[in-house]
Amino acid sequence: MALVNMVQSINDALRVAMRADQRVVVLGEDVGKVGGVFRVTAGLQEEFGEERVIDTPLSENGIVGSAVGMALYGILPVVEIQFADFIWPAYDQIVNELAKYRYRSGGEYSAKIVIRTPVGGGIRGGHYHSQHPEAAFIGVPGLKVVIPSNPYDAKGLLLASIRDPDPVIFFEPKRIYRAAKGEVPDGDYVVPLESANVVRAGRHVTVLAYGAMLYEALDAANKAAEKGVDAEVIDLRTLWPLDVNTVVDSVKRTGRLVVVHEAPRTAGFGAELVTLVTERAFFHLEAAPVRVTGFDTPFPYALEMEYLPLSHRILPAILSVARA
Amino acid sequence: MSPAKSPRPGPAAPDDIISVLRDDGSLDPANDPKLTDEEVRHLYRHLVQTRLLDERFVQLQRQGRIGFHVGSLGEEAAILGSAFAMREKDWLFPCYREFGAALMRGLSLQTLCDNMFGNVNDTVKGRQMPCHYTCRAVGWASISSPVGTQITHAVGAAWAAKIRREDSASLVYFGDGATSSSDFHSGLNFAGVFRLPVVFLCRNNGWAISVPVERQTATRTFAEKAVAYGIPGVRVDGNDIFAVVAVTRAAVERGKRGEGPTLIEAITYRMGGHSTSDDPNRYRETQAVEAWAARDPIERVKSYLEKRDAWSDADEARLRSDIEARFREAVLIAEKTPGPPLESLFEDVYARVPWHLAEQRAELVAGPRAPSSHG
Repeated sequence: MALVNMVQSINDALRVAMRADQRVVVLGEDVGKVGGVFRVTAGLQEEFGEERVIDTPLSENGIVGSAVGMALYGILPVVEIQFADFIWPAYDQIVNELAKYRYRSGGEYSAKIVIRTPVGGGIRGGHYHSQHPEAAFIGVPGLKVVIPSNPYDAKGLLLASIRDPDPVIFFEPKRIYRAAKGEVPDGDYVVPLESANVVRAGRHVTVLAYGAMLYEALDAANKAAEKGVDAEVIDLRTLWPLDVNTVVDSVKRTGRLVVVHEAPRTAGFGAELVTLVTERAFFHLEAAPVRVTGFDTPFPYALEMEYLPLSHRILPAILSVARA
Repeated sequence: MSPAKSPRPGPAAPDDIISVLRDDGSLDPANDPKLTDEEVRHLYRHLVQTRLLDERFVQLQRQGRIGFHVGSLGEEAAILGSAFAMREKDWLFPCYREFGAALMRGLSLQTLCDNMFGNVNDTVKGRQMPCHYTCRAVGWASISSPVGTQITHAVGAAWAAKIRREDSASLVYFGDGATSSSDFHSGLNFAGVFRLPVVFLCRNNGWAISVPVERQTATRTFAEKAVAYGIPGVRVDGNDIFAVVAVTRAAVERGKRGEGPTLIEAITYRMGGHSTSDDPNRYRETQAVEAWAARDPIERVKSYLEKRDAWSDADEARLRSDIEARFREAVLIAEKTPGPPLESLFEDVYARVPWHLAEQRAELVAGPRAPSSHG
C-alpha cells in the first residue's frame, strides 16, 4: 500500500495490465517518450518498448481507427486522447465503427479497445481543455462509460475496463489527477464496472455525482449536515450501464434527488438520471428532483468557477430539495 | 489506353499506367504475373459469376424482393485480381462493392444471399442492409457504409501483425471518393510512418455517386498522393486482371520485406449506377460508358483464354448454367428462410445483455408487433 495520486495509480494500472497481458498496447499523442502531457504513461515506454507504447502522429481518427484494426487482429489497445475536447475527429470511428463492430458483424468480431481521456474544468484550460462530454458517449449503444474519482477506483476501474469484453470510454477527471490522493494496493485488483459507490450514507436526500464534482458534492453534504440535513452521496463510477439499483434504492429511502455534473444541463446525463429515478420511484419522491450542472454555454475561461457546479451551488440545492 | 481524362494541367505525376494484357492477347513480359491457365480460368469463372450475380441482385431489387444492391459492374478485374494476389493469412477490408472477391475467398453463395435477404441465417443477423455481410473465416472484415472508415482499420490490423512479428498484410478497398476523407489521410500517413504492410487499393472508377473525379481532387492522378506520405504510388489498368494481380503481388512482397505500404490506383469505370438507388443517366453522358465497354475486363480475359484454346463455348455455357442454378437455389432458400427473432435485436450490442436492454427486450416482446414486420 502506498499513498499515491490518480496519475500514479492509473500509470500503475497500465503497468499491471501490460505485464499481465502481452496483447495490451498503449498508443496516443505524446504517450511514449515524454510519458503523456499529464505524465500518466510515464516510464511505460522504458519498460515495454516503442512497439507497445506508441507515440502516434497527431490524428485522433487515425489513432482510434488504427486501434479498431488492431483489436480486430487480436491486440488490446489502450488509447489516450490527450484531452476529451480533442476527441471529436475520432467520433465517427467511435460511434459508427468501434461501438457497432460486434453488433454489425453478428458477433463474428469485436473491437475491444479502451479510450482514456482527461475531462473537466477548473484547471484554467479554457474552452478546449475543460469540457465534459460524457452524454455524447452514454447515448451510443455498444459503449461503456467509466469515470473514477480517486486513485483506488482509478486503478481498479481501469483494470476492469481493460478486461471487460466491450469498448470502454474511460474519463479521467484532470482537476483531481494530483489532488485526489489515497492508499492503493500494489499489484492486481479490479473495481467491478456497473457498481456505484455510496460514499456518504444519509437519510434526507440523495446526491448523485462523479469525477471531480464528487468532492464538491461531499463538501456540500458536510455543510448541509451542519444545518441538519443528512445527504447521501453516491459516486456513480460507471456512468453507463448505470448501477441503477443502488441509485433507485437510495432515492426510495430518501425521497429526494439532486444530480450534479459539469456538463451542460440540457440533454445532459442528469436528464437521464432524473428520468430513470422518476420512472422507478415516482411515488417515493417527496420533491421535484434538481440538477446542479454546468450551464448551456460553451465552457468559459475567466468565469469557469462560476460555470462549474461547485459546492456553493450544490449546498442550496440540497437544502431546498430537502425542505421542499 | 484509358478514356479517363486528365482534366487540368498540374504538377508532374506518375503517368505510367501498368498494363500486361495486350490487345492482341499476348502478355507484356515486364510485369507478367505468370498465371497458369487453370489460375486464369479460376479468375474468369469468378469474374463471370460476379457479373451475373450483379445482374441478378439488381433484378431482385427491382422486383422488390431485396432492399438494395451495390454492384461492381465493370470493376470486376480490379476487385478480383487484387483479392487473388492476397494470401490466405492476409486480411481484406472491403468497401462494399466486393462481394465477388469475398466469394472467391470462400464466402458461400448461400451466406451472401442470406445477407441480401437479412434472414435468420445471415451472419450479421439481419442487422445490416444487403451487401454488408461479414466473413471472419476468410479474413474478411465487417462492412460499414460510411466511406473510407475501413482504411485505418486495415492499417491497425497490419500494425498488430507487425507488433506480433506475424507475416500478414492488409488489403483495403476504397473508391476515388474516399481519397477525400480524413481516414484516407490518416491511414496512409500512419502506414507510411510505421512502414506497415498495407495495400491501399483505390478503385478510380470515375464517380462518387454523381460527383466526378475532378471534384475529388486537383491532382492529375490519385497515385501521386502517395508521394506526400513517403510511399510508392502506382497506376494500373484496373480492367487488366493480369496487371492488377502483378502490382498487388508486388505490393504484398514490399510489405513482407518490411518496406511498408503501397497505394495502387486501379483505373477502371463504374459502368452502372452507384447503387440500385440512383440513375447515372441523370449526371453523366453515355459516350464514356460506351468507350469503357470496349475495354470490358471480363471479355479481355475470355479472349485471352480462347486464343490459348483454354476456354470453349461449351465451358462458357456450363459455367453460366451452373452459376444460374446455384443462384436460383440459394435465393429460393434465402427467401423462404424466416427473419431474425425479436430477441436478436438486443444481442451483441454488448458481450452480455445489460439491464436496460433486458428491460427493453421484455417491453418489445410483450408489446404489439409492427404492422409491416419484414419477418
